[in-house]
Amino acid sequence: MNLQVDLVEENSVQRFKIVGEIDAFTAPKLKECLASVENVGNMQAELDLSEVGYMDSTGLGVFVGFYKAVKANGGHVKIVGVNNRLKRLFVITGLAEVMDIVMEESRDEDATV
Amino acid sequence: MSGKLRHSFDFLIEMMIHYGLALREHQSLIQKQEEIQIEMNVAAKVQATLLKTRKPDFKELDIGFVTEPAKQMSGDYIYFLNDNSYEAGVAVADVIGKGIPAALCMSMIKFGMDGLQNENTSPRNVLDIVNRIVEKSVDDSMFISMFYGKYDARDSSFSYATAGHEPALLYKAATGEFTELHAKGLLLGVHPNVVYEEKSVILEEGDFIAMMTDGVTEVRTDTGFIDDQVIKMILAEVKDESAQKIADTVYQRLAYLQNFHLRDDFTIVIFKKENDKV
Repeated sequence: MNLQVDLVEENSVQRFKIVGEIDAFTAPKLKECLASVENVGNMQAELDLSEVGYMDSTGLGVFVGFYKAVKANGGHVKIVGVNNRLKRLFVITGLAEVMDIVMEESRDEDATV
Repeated sequence: MSGKLRHSFDFLIEMMIHYGLALREHQSLIQKQEEIQIEMNVAAKVQATLLKTRKPDFKELDIGFVTEPAKQMSGDYIYFLNDNSYEAGVAVADVIGKGIPAALCMSMIKFGMDGLQNENTSPRNVLDIVNRIVEKSVDDSMFISMFYGKYDARDSSFSYATAGHEPALLYKAATGEFTELHAKGLLLGVHPNVVYEEKSVILEEGDFIAMMTDGVTEVRTDTGFIDDQVIKMILAEVKDESAQKIADTVYQRLAYLQNFHLRDDFTIVIFKKENDKV
Protein backbone atom coordinates (compact mmCIF):
# COMPACT_ATOMS: atom_id res chain seq x y z
CA MET A 1 0.00 0.00 0.00
CA ASN A 2 2.81 2.36 -0.81
CA LEU A 3 2.86 4.96 -3.47
CA GLN A 4 5.53 7.25 -4.79
CA VAL A 5 5.08 9.97 -7.37
CA ASP A 6 8.01 11.72 -9.03
CA LEU A 7 7.62 14.67 -11.35
CA VAL A 8 10.17 15.58 -13.97
CA GLU A 9 9.74 18.34 -16.49
CA GLU A 10 11.29 17.46 -19.83
CA ASN A 11 10.88 19.49 -23.04
CA SER A 12 7.87 21.21 -21.47
CA VAL A 13 6.17 17.85 -20.88
CA GLN A 14 5.30 17.13 -17.26
CA ARG A 15 6.32 13.52 -16.75
CA PHE A 16 4.95 11.78 -13.69
CA LYS A 17 6.55 8.51 -12.69
CA ILE A 18 4.20 6.58 -10.44
CA VAL A 19 5.49 3.67 -8.42
CA GLY A 20 3.52 1.34 -6.19
CA GLU A 21 -0.16 0.59 -5.72
CA ILE A 22 -3.07 2.91 -6.38
CA ASP A 23 -6.07 2.14 -4.22
CA ALA A 24 -8.46 3.91 -1.89
CA PHE A 25 -5.63 4.58 0.60
CA THR A 26 -3.00 5.91 -1.77
CA ALA A 27 -5.28 7.63 -4.31
CA PRO A 28 -5.59 10.88 -2.30
CA LYS A 29 -1.81 11.28 -2.37
CA LEU A 30 -1.76 10.76 -6.14
CA LYS A 31 -4.61 13.21 -6.57
CA GLU A 32 -2.71 15.84 -4.58
CA CYS A 33 0.45 15.41 -6.68
CA LEU A 34 -1.47 15.69 -9.93
CA ALA A 35 -3.45 18.68 -8.67
CA SER A 36 -0.24 20.67 -8.40
CA VAL A 37 -0.11 21.06 -12.20
CA GLU A 38 -3.80 20.75 -13.09
CA ASN A 39 -4.48 24.42 -13.59
CA VAL A 40 -1.56 25.18 -15.86
CA GLY A 41 -2.86 26.15 -19.29
CA ASN A 42 -2.14 23.98 -22.36
CA MET A 43 -0.22 21.48 -20.32
CA GLN A 44 1.27 18.31 -21.78
CA ALA A 45 1.23 15.61 -19.14
CA GLU A 46 2.58 12.10 -19.31
CA LEU A 47 1.85 9.52 -16.63
CA ASP A 48 4.16 6.51 -16.49
CA LEU A 49 2.43 3.51 -14.95
CA SER A 50 5.02 0.86 -15.80
CA GLU A 51 5.81 0.38 -12.12
CA VAL A 52 2.27 0.44 -10.85
CA GLY A 53 1.62 -3.02 -9.44
CA TYR A 54 -2.07 -2.59 -8.80
CA MET A 55 -4.76 -0.06 -9.55
CA ASP A 56 -8.45 -0.20 -8.75
CA SER A 57 -11.32 2.04 -9.69
CA THR A 58 -10.35 4.77 -7.19
CA GLY A 59 -7.14 5.23 -9.18
CA LEU A 60 -9.19 5.45 -12.34
CA GLY A 61 -11.28 8.18 -10.73
CA VAL A 62 -8.14 10.20 -10.01
CA PHE A 63 -6.94 9.90 -13.62
CA VAL A 64 -10.32 10.83 -15.05
CA GLY A 65 -10.54 13.87 -12.77
CA PHE A 66 -7.04 14.92 -13.82
CA TYR A 67 -7.88 14.39 -17.49
CA LYS A 68 -11.02 16.54 -17.24
CA ALA A 69 -9.15 19.39 -15.53
CA VAL A 70 -6.22 19.33 -17.97
CA LYS A 71 -8.52 19.14 -20.97
CA ALA A 72 -10.56 22.06 -19.68
CA ASN A 73 -7.34 24.09 -19.64
CA GLY A 74 -6.48 23.15 -23.21
CA GLY A 75 -3.89 20.52 -22.32
CA HIS A 76 -3.31 16.84 -23.12
CA VAL A 77 -2.84 13.70 -21.07
CA LYS A 78 -0.94 10.61 -22.15
CA ILE A 79 -0.67 7.45 -20.07
CA VAL A 80 2.24 5.11 -20.78
CA GLY A 81 3.61 1.82 -19.50
CA VAL A 82 0.21 0.22 -19.19
CA ASN A 83 0.13 -3.57 -18.66
CA ASN A 84 -2.60 -5.93 -19.90
CA ARG A 85 -4.71 -5.73 -16.78
CA LEU A 86 -4.67 -1.93 -16.69
CA LYS A 87 -5.28 -1.78 -20.43
CA ARG A 88 -8.43 -3.86 -19.97
CA LEU A 89 -9.62 -1.42 -17.31
CA PHE A 90 -9.09 1.57 -19.61
CA VAL A 91 -10.78 -0.19 -22.54
CA ILE A 92 -13.85 -1.39 -20.62
CA THR A 93 -14.46 2.05 -19.12
CA GLY A 94 -14.22 3.60 -22.57
CA LEU A 95 -11.35 5.81 -21.39
CA ALA A 96 -8.99 4.32 -23.96
CA GLU A 97 -11.02 6.17 -26.58
CA VAL A 98 -10.72 9.58 -24.95
CA MET A 99 -7.24 9.41 -23.47
CA ASP A 100 -3.93 8.46 -25.08
CA ILE A 101 -3.04 5.08 -23.63
CA VAL A 102 0.26 3.43 -24.56
CA MET A 103 1.05 -0.10 -23.49
CA GLU A 104 4.41 -0.95 -22.04
CA GLU A 105 7.15 -2.10 -24.41
CA SER A 106 4.96 -1.13 -27.29
CA ARG A 107 6.57 -0.18 -30.53
CA ASP A 108 3.50 1.73 -31.67
CA GLU A 109 3.56 5.43 -30.94
CA ASP A 110 -0.07 5.58 -30.03
CA ALA A 111 -1.57 2.22 -29.20
CA THR A 112 -5.03 3.67 -28.74
CA VAL A 113 -8.01 1.44 -29.43
CA MET B 1 11.77 23.44 50.70
CA SER B 2 15.14 22.81 49.08
CA GLY B 3 15.70 23.89 45.46
CA LYS B 4 15.98 20.33 44.16
CA LEU B 5 12.77 19.24 45.83
CA ARG B 6 10.90 22.25 44.48
CA HIS B 7 12.25 21.45 41.01
CA SER B 8 10.92 17.88 41.30
CA PHE B 9 7.49 19.10 42.38
CA ASP B 10 7.42 21.64 39.53
CA PHE B 11 8.29 18.88 37.11
CA LEU B 12 5.61 16.60 38.56
CA ILE B 13 2.97 19.32 38.32
CA GLU B 14 3.93 20.02 34.70
CA MET B 15 3.66 16.30 33.85
CA MET B 16 0.25 16.07 35.51
CA ILE B 17 -1.01 19.10 33.62
CA HIS B 18 0.14 17.57 30.33
CA TYR B 19 -1.47 14.29 31.22
CA GLY B 20 -4.72 16.05 32.14
CA LEU B 21 -4.79 17.86 28.79
CA ALA B 22 -4.06 14.67 26.87
CA LEU B 23 -6.80 12.83 28.70
CA ARG B 24 -9.29 15.59 27.97
CA GLU B 25 -8.38 15.54 24.29
CA HIS B 26 -8.72 11.76 24.22
CA GLN B 27 -12.19 11.90 25.73
CA SER B 28 -13.22 14.60 23.27
CA LEU B 29 -12.01 12.47 20.33
CA ILE B 30 -13.92 9.44 21.57
CA GLN B 31 -17.07 11.52 21.78
CA LYS B 32 -16.55 12.88 18.27
CA GLN B 33 -16.07 9.34 16.99
CA GLU B 34 -19.34 8.24 18.55
CA GLU B 35 -21.14 11.19 16.99
CA ILE B 36 -19.75 10.33 13.57
CA GLN B 37 -20.81 6.71 13.98
CA ILE B 38 -24.36 7.80 14.81
CA GLU B 39 -24.43 9.99 11.70
CA MET B 40 -23.13 7.09 9.58
CA ASN B 41 -25.88 4.86 10.92
CA VAL B 42 -28.47 7.44 9.98
CA ALA B 43 -26.94 7.93 6.53
CA ALA B 44 -26.93 4.19 5.93
CA LYS B 45 -30.61 4.02 6.88
CA VAL B 46 -31.41 6.97 4.61
CA GLN B 47 -29.56 5.31 1.77
CA ALA B 48 -31.47 2.07 2.25
CA THR B 49 -34.78 3.93 2.24
CA LEU B 50 -34.07 6.22 -0.71
CA LEU B 51 -32.67 3.45 -2.87
CA LYS B 52 -35.34 0.85 -2.20
CA THR B 53 -36.15 -1.10 -5.29
CA ARG B 54 -38.55 -3.91 -6.02
CA LYS B 55 -37.75 -6.98 -8.05
CA PRO B 56 -40.20 -7.36 -10.97
CA ASP B 57 -42.42 -10.40 -10.83
CA PHE B 58 -42.45 -12.09 -14.24
CA LYS B 59 -43.55 -15.65 -14.50
CA GLU B 60 -40.97 -16.71 -17.04
CA LEU B 61 -38.08 -14.63 -15.73
CA ASP B 62 -36.37 -15.74 -12.55
CA ILE B 63 -34.46 -12.89 -10.95
CA GLY B 64 -31.95 -13.25 -8.15
CA PHE B 65 -29.39 -10.88 -6.69
CA VAL B 66 -26.85 -10.31 -3.94
CA THR B 67 -25.40 -6.97 -3.00
CA GLU B 68 -22.99 -6.70 -0.09
CA PRO B 69 -21.17 -3.51 0.86
CA ALA B 70 -17.51 -3.71 1.85
CA LYS B 71 -18.11 -1.06 4.49
CA GLN B 72 -21.21 0.43 6.01
CA MET B 73 -22.30 2.35 2.94
CA SER B 74 -22.34 0.78 -0.47
CA GLY B 75 -21.01 2.32 -3.66
CA ASP B 76 -22.84 -0.34 -5.68
CA TYR B 77 -26.42 0.11 -6.71
CA ILE B 78 -29.15 -2.05 -8.22
CA TYR B 79 -32.37 -0.56 -9.50
CA PHE B 80 -35.23 -2.40 -11.16
CA LEU B 81 -37.53 -0.71 -13.66
CA ASN B 82 -40.84 -2.35 -14.37
CA ASP B 83 -43.53 -0.12 -15.84
CA ASN B 84 -45.65 -2.63 -17.65
CA SER B 85 -46.37 -6.31 -17.74
CA TYR B 86 -43.93 -7.26 -20.46
CA GLU B 87 -40.68 -5.36 -19.78
CA ALA B 88 -38.30 -5.79 -16.85
CA GLY B 89 -35.25 -3.55 -16.71
CA VAL B 90 -32.34 -3.50 -14.32
CA ALA B 91 -29.55 -0.99 -13.77
CA VAL B 92 -26.38 -2.19 -12.05
CA ALA B 93 -24.04 0.64 -11.14
CA ASP B 94 -20.78 1.17 -9.34
CA VAL B 95 -19.81 4.58 -8.04
CA ILE B 96 -16.10 5.35 -8.12
CA GLY B 97 -15.77 7.14 -4.84
CA LYS B 98 -17.32 6.02 -1.58
CA GLY B 99 -19.34 6.92 1.45
CA ILE B 100 -22.00 9.55 1.80
CA PRO B 101 -21.28 11.54 -1.40
CA ALA B 102 -21.55 8.32 -3.43
CA ALA B 103 -24.89 7.48 -1.84
CA LEU B 104 -26.27 10.95 -2.53
CA CYS B 105 -25.13 10.65 -6.13
CA MET B 106 -27.00 7.36 -6.44
CA SER B 107 -30.17 8.91 -5.11
CA MET B 108 -29.97 11.60 -7.76
CA ILE B 109 -29.67 8.98 -10.47
CA LYS B 110 -32.52 6.97 -9.07
CA PHE B 111 -34.84 9.95 -9.16
CA GLY B 112 -33.68 10.71 -12.68
CA MET B 113 -34.51 7.18 -13.75
CA ASP B 114 -37.85 7.27 -11.97
CA GLY B 115 -38.70 10.26 -14.14
CA LEU B 116 -38.16 8.09 -17.22
CA GLN B 117 -41.22 5.98 -16.71
CA ASN B 118 -43.56 5.98 -19.68
CA GLU B 119 -40.84 7.41 -21.89
CA ASN B 120 -38.46 5.61 -24.10
CA THR B 121 -36.64 3.28 -21.77
CA SER B 122 -34.35 1.65 -24.28
CA PRO B 123 -30.93 0.97 -22.72
CA ARG B 124 -29.08 3.50 -24.86
CA ASN B 125 -31.58 6.20 -24.04
CA VAL B 126 -31.54 5.49 -20.30
CA LEU B 127 -27.75 5.74 -20.17
CA ASP B 128 -27.74 8.90 -22.27
CA ILE B 129 -30.09 10.65 -19.87
CA VAL B 130 -28.38 9.39 -16.74
CA ASN B 131 -25.01 10.45 -18.15
CA ARG B 132 -26.28 14.00 -18.59
CA ILE B 133 -27.57 14.11 -15.02
CA VAL B 134 -24.25 12.88 -13.63
CA GLU B 135 -22.13 15.14 -15.81
CA LYS B 136 -24.07 18.27 -14.91
CA SER B 137 -24.70 17.83 -11.27
CA VAL B 138 -22.14 15.59 -9.75
CA ASP B 139 -18.82 16.50 -8.19
CA ASP B 140 -16.04 16.52 -10.79
CA SER B 141 -14.20 13.69 -9.09
CA MET B 142 -17.11 11.27 -9.01
CA PHE B 143 -17.69 8.81 -11.82
CA ILE B 144 -20.06 5.97 -12.25
CA SER B 145 -20.06 2.81 -14.32
CA MET B 146 -23.45 1.36 -15.20
CA PHE B 147 -24.85 -1.63 -17.04
CA TYR B 148 -28.47 -1.36 -18.08
CA GLY B 149 -30.42 -4.31 -19.43
CA LYS B 150 -34.04 -4.77 -20.36
CA TYR B 151 -35.87 -8.04 -20.85
CA ASP B 152 -38.89 -8.05 -23.15
CA ALA B 153 -41.25 -10.97 -22.51
CA ARG B 154 -42.97 -10.53 -25.87
CA ASP B 155 -39.98 -11.90 -27.80
CA SER B 156 -37.69 -13.09 -24.97
CA SER B 157 -35.09 -10.54 -26.01
CA PHE B 158 -32.63 -8.94 -23.63
CA SER B 159 -31.31 -5.61 -24.86
CA TYR B 160 -28.45 -3.88 -23.09
CA ALA B 161 -26.00 -1.00 -23.08
CA THR B 162 -23.08 -0.21 -20.82
CA ALA B 163 -21.33 2.88 -19.54
CA GLY B 164 -17.80 1.71 -18.78
CA HIS B 165 -19.08 -1.21 -16.72
CA GLU B 166 -17.86 -4.80 -16.34
CA PRO B 167 -19.30 -6.85 -19.20
CA ALA B 168 -22.16 -9.16 -18.23
CA LEU B 169 -21.94 -12.91 -18.82
CA LEU B 170 -24.50 -14.76 -20.94
CA TYR B 171 -24.89 -18.49 -20.41
CA LYS B 172 -26.55 -20.47 -23.20
CA ALA B 173 -28.04 -23.77 -22.04
CA ALA B 174 -28.02 -25.21 -25.56
CA THR B 175 -24.24 -24.99 -25.91
CA GLY B 176 -23.19 -24.79 -22.26
CA GLU B 177 -21.03 -21.80 -23.16
CA PHE B 178 -20.45 -18.36 -21.74
CA THR B 179 -20.22 -15.16 -23.77
CA GLU B 180 -19.19 -11.75 -22.51
CA LEU B 181 -21.75 -9.09 -23.37
CA HIS B 182 -19.72 -6.10 -24.51
CA ALA B 183 -20.94 -2.78 -25.83
CA LYS B 184 -19.19 0.53 -26.34
CA GLY B 185 -19.92 3.27 -23.87
CA LEU B 186 -17.97 5.72 -21.75
CA LEU B 187 -18.15 5.95 -17.94
CA LEU B 188 -20.94 8.26 -16.79
CA GLY B 189 -19.99 11.80 -15.93
CA VAL B 190 -16.93 12.26 -18.14
CA HIS B 191 -18.45 13.86 -21.25
CA PRO B 192 -21.93 15.32 -21.64
CA ASN B 193 -22.59 13.89 -25.10
CA VAL B 194 -21.94 10.19 -25.36
CA VAL B 195 -23.48 7.72 -27.77
CA TYR B 196 -24.09 4.38 -26.09
CA GLU B 197 -24.03 1.25 -28.23
CA GLU B 198 -27.07 -0.97 -27.72
CA LYS B 199 -27.12 -4.70 -28.42
CA SER B 200 -29.58 -7.50 -27.97
CA VAL B 201 -29.64 -11.26 -27.38
CA ILE B 202 -32.47 -13.78 -27.26
CA LEU B 203 -32.93 -15.82 -24.10
CA GLU B 204 -34.00 -19.44 -24.38
CA GLU B 205 -35.10 -21.78 -21.63
CA GLY B 206 -32.33 -22.38 -19.11
CA ASP B 207 -30.26 -19.40 -20.34
CA PHE B 208 -29.20 -16.78 -17.85
CA ILE B 209 -27.40 -13.47 -17.70
CA ALA B 210 -25.06 -12.56 -14.84
CA MET B 211 -24.53 -8.84 -14.28
CA MET B 212 -21.79 -7.91 -11.82
CA THR B 213 -19.68 -5.12 -10.46
CA ASP B 214 -15.92 -5.28 -10.23
CA GLY B 215 -16.22 -6.33 -6.58
CA VAL B 216 -16.97 -9.74 -8.09
CA THR B 217 -14.55 -9.89 -10.99
CA GLU B 218 -11.60 -8.26 -9.24
CA VAL B 219 -11.50 -10.53 -6.21
CA ARG B 220 -7.98 -10.85 -4.86
CA THR B 221 -6.76 -13.80 -2.87
CA ASP B 222 -3.36 -14.52 -1.29
CA THR B 223 -2.14 -15.74 -4.65
CA GLY B 224 -3.34 -12.78 -6.71
CA PHE B 225 -6.41 -11.89 -8.74
CA ILE B 226 -8.87 -14.67 -9.51
CA ASP B 227 -8.97 -15.92 -13.06
CA ASP B 228 -12.20 -15.08 -14.91
CA GLN B 229 -12.58 -18.82 -15.41
CA VAL B 230 -13.28 -19.13 -11.68
CA ILE B 231 -16.55 -17.21 -11.93
CA LYS B 232 -17.61 -19.15 -15.03
CA MET B 233 -16.84 -22.43 -13.27
CA ILE B 234 -18.95 -21.51 -10.25
CA LEU B 235 -21.82 -20.41 -12.51
CA ALA B 236 -21.58 -23.60 -14.58
CA GLU B 237 -21.79 -25.69 -11.43
CA VAL B 238 -25.11 -24.18 -10.36
CA LYS B 239 -26.57 -23.44 -13.79
CA ASP B 240 -29.70 -25.50 -13.18
CA GLU B 241 -30.54 -23.85 -9.86
CA SER B 242 -32.79 -20.87 -9.29
CA ALA B 243 -31.49 -17.38 -10.05
CA GLN B 244 -31.26 -16.55 -6.36
CA LYS B 245 -29.36 -19.75 -5.59
CA ILE B 246 -26.91 -18.95 -8.39
CA ALA B 247 -26.32 -15.43 -7.04
CA ASP B 248 -25.97 -16.70 -3.45
CA THR B 249 -23.50 -19.41 -4.45
CA VAL B 250 -21.24 -17.04 -6.34
CA TYR B 251 -21.22 -14.73 -3.34
CA GLN B 252 -20.52 -17.49 -0.82
CA ARG B 253 -17.67 -18.97 -2.83
CA LEU B 254 -15.96 -15.66 -3.65
CA ALA B 255 -16.43 -14.24 -0.16
CA TYR B 256 -14.87 -17.43 1.19
CA LEU B 257 -11.84 -16.92 -1.05
CA GLN B 258 -11.35 -13.53 0.55
CA ASN B 259 -11.93 -14.90 4.05
CA PHE B 260 -15.21 -12.99 4.08
CA HIS B 261 -13.30 -9.73 4.13
CA LEU B 262 -14.55 -7.79 1.10
CA ARG B 263 -12.24 -5.21 -0.40
CA ASP B 264 -14.92 -3.78 -2.61
CA ASP B 265 -18.73 -3.77 -2.70
CA PHE B 266 -19.98 -7.02 -4.19
CA THR B 267 -23.00 -7.06 -6.49
CA ILE B 268 -24.37 -9.74 -8.78
CA VAL B 269 -27.79 -9.90 -10.51
CA ILE B 270 -29.05 -12.97 -12.37
CA PHE B 271 -31.82 -12.91 -14.98
CA LYS B 272 -32.75 -16.49 -15.84
CA LYS B 273 -35.27 -17.62 -18.45
CA GLU B 274 -37.34 -20.46 -17.19
CA ASN B 275 -39.90 -22.56 -18.94
CA ASP B 276 -43.35 -20.98 -18.87
CA LYS B 277 -44.91 -21.90 -15.56
CA VAL B 278 -48.59 -22.65 -15.48
